[in-house]
Amino acid sequence: MKPTVGEKSENGPLIELRAVTKVYGMGRAAMRALRGIDLTIAQGEFVAVMGPSGSGKSTCMNILGCLDTPTSGDYLFQGIAVGKLNRNQRAMLRRHYLGFVFQGYNLLNRTSALENIELPLIYRGTPVDKRRAMALEALYAVGLRGWEAHTPGELSGGQQQRVAIARAIVTNPRVLLADEPTGNLDSARSREIMELLTAFNRDRGITIVMVTHEPGMASYAKRQVYFKDGLIGNRSSREDTL
Amino acid sequence: MVWETILLAQREIRRNVLRSSLTILGIVIGVAAVITMVTLGGGATAQVATEISSLGTNLLQVHTGQGGRGPGGTRAQADMFKVEDAEAIAREISGLEAVAPNASQRIQTIYGNANWSTSVVGSTNGFLLVRDWLLESGRQFTDAELRTGKAVCILGSTVRKELFGDRDPIGASIRLQKISCQVVGAFQSKGQSSFGADQDDFVLIPLRAFQRRIAGSTDVSTIFISTKESGSVESIKHNIERLLRERRRIVNGEEDDFHLHDMREIMNTLTGTTRVLTALLGAVAAVSLLVGGIGIMNIMLVSVTERTREIGIRLAIGAVEKEVLLQFLIEAVVLSCFGGIIGIVLGLVAAAAGAQALKVPFVFNPGIVVVAFVFSAAVGVVFGYFPARKAARLDPIEALRHE
Repeated sequence: MKPTVGEKSENGPLIELRAVTKVYGMGRAAMRALRGIDLTIAQGEFVAVMGPSGSGKSTCMNILGCLDTPTSGDYLFQGIAVGKLNRNQRAMLRRHYLGFVFQGYNLLNRTSALENIELPLIYRGTPVDKRRAMALEALYAVGLRGWEAHTPGELSGGQQQRVAIARAIVTNPRVLLADEPTGNLDSARSREIMELLTAFNRDRGITIVMVTHEPGMASYAKRQVYFKDGLIGNRSSREDTL
Repeated sequence: MVWETILLAQREIRRNVLRSSLTILGIVIGVAAVITMVTLGGGATAQVATEISSLGTNLLQVHTGQGGRGPGGTRAQADMFKVEDAEAIAREISGLEAVAPNASQRIQTIYGNANWSTSVVGSTNGFLLVRDWLLESGRQFTDAELRTGKAVCILGSTVRKELFGDRDPIGASIRLQKISCQVVGAFQSKGQSSFGADQDDFVLIPLRAFQRRIAGSTDVSTIFISTKESGSVESIKHNIERLLRERRRIVNGEEDDFHLHDMREIMNTLTGTTRVLTALLGAVAAVSLLVGGIGIMNIMLVSVTERTREIGIRLAIGAVEKEVLLQFLIEAVVLSCFGGIIGIVLGLVAAAAGAQALKVPFVFNPGIVVVAFVFSAAVGVVFGYFPARKAARLDPIEALRHE
């Protein structure tokens, strides 16, 4: 099943946010999480999103991940206006183009590493043989050969995050959205995870948007975006900081 | 996708074996109860039906006196029938197979040094037809024997065993009171009736022989009539009634002093009663199925809450609402079907055991098995739908934040 929504533009940017706002609640209790942000991300970029808690970066990630829609403004994903899509159409975008990595790993409990990695392929309707082969390939790519049958409970935090990354890249997505992927890990484990992400960005051309609090982690990205009070503060490229 | 989901569901069920077993217990008990009740009830109905049809389903009985049962039911002053009444019925009513006038008396029978008190029945060869008696050996009465009232008899199998043991009775002479009577035939055994009476405990002699040599009167107490299968019993009953009223000179407005029993009527009443009872028991059992369904809904709701995060992950990864709905629905249906299958097996085992204990035949009813299975699946769909919809409508962002 391919999404049949919107017009795909081949030449435009992969991700384009235009004056996006997000307001939770109504009237006086309304909370303006995003107050009009513009953001363009091209195919193959590795962007770090930084900012204090409550600055709107999580809201932005939810919108980028097609889990939420803007209150106003446009989100164009491959030229498709996501804000006009319904719940199921957005699910289709996630299924075919997006991969998620969370701070808390979010693996299925009591389910083997391999089966966790297979999960997105099941929803894609990949035949079982091909599915197994693809999941094994992804598992090897994150360096977990030999851990196929282990459940999340039997894996360390770093290993669980590797499984989560394998699950995210097994479908070969356009974009990998990582929400503080190293937030629960020590610095050595964090570096391993970042190197893994960098490698997927470099070798497979997967666009990565990563939220992080740690400047050390953000420095792996080619570009940093700073959020403050629902607005994007100043942009800087890695070259600027060097 | 559906097959994947079924596999997923059974894996989910296996993970929580104890909880799953407790969940389906209600369904198991409900289905087992329905199957047991309906199967046993069906057995009882079948037994009543076979016992009554062993009397002959197309049998009408005419008694003198009124039909009411219990004390005061019969009028002492009602005249007995005569042979002519039976002959008139046979002659004037159409649609009859046979008519057998009947009179009986308890008499001591003696052969050698064996003696046995039994019921001596005087009738015609029509008796064999209307009461479905088959001969094991020998022959029925000849016309000459019937006409002249010769002292010949056909033995019921109980009498034959008591007097002759394993020996062949044909041609022997037995004593009925003062008269000597030659055995010309022996009946096949019918065994006990449902009312506990031994149907084989009688001796049949020609009616005229009974009247002249034993009773000393021409009275006929009962007339047995068998109708042809095709005929309408109601109209035949009506015609016989009119004929007998005429012959017995009962004026208009006066009540009958005789009564017509219709075995079909009796059978329908009795099997109808057992059927109603079966339906009632089945309905009570079905209520427990409903309770079982509520149990499934309860557990599925708990399961949805417990697995909110999992649902969030699935939605984030790209599952559409329908797929999550299907997952939980199938889980509920697999659970309830599984419960249904266990219940069916248990119910059939219990019904077989119960049938043996209650001495009714075990009548396997494939219909109720199918109904029970479909019903348990339906319980899964109905009671699984609400929790499944709840799961499918979760907001993935909220669901991922859960716990």
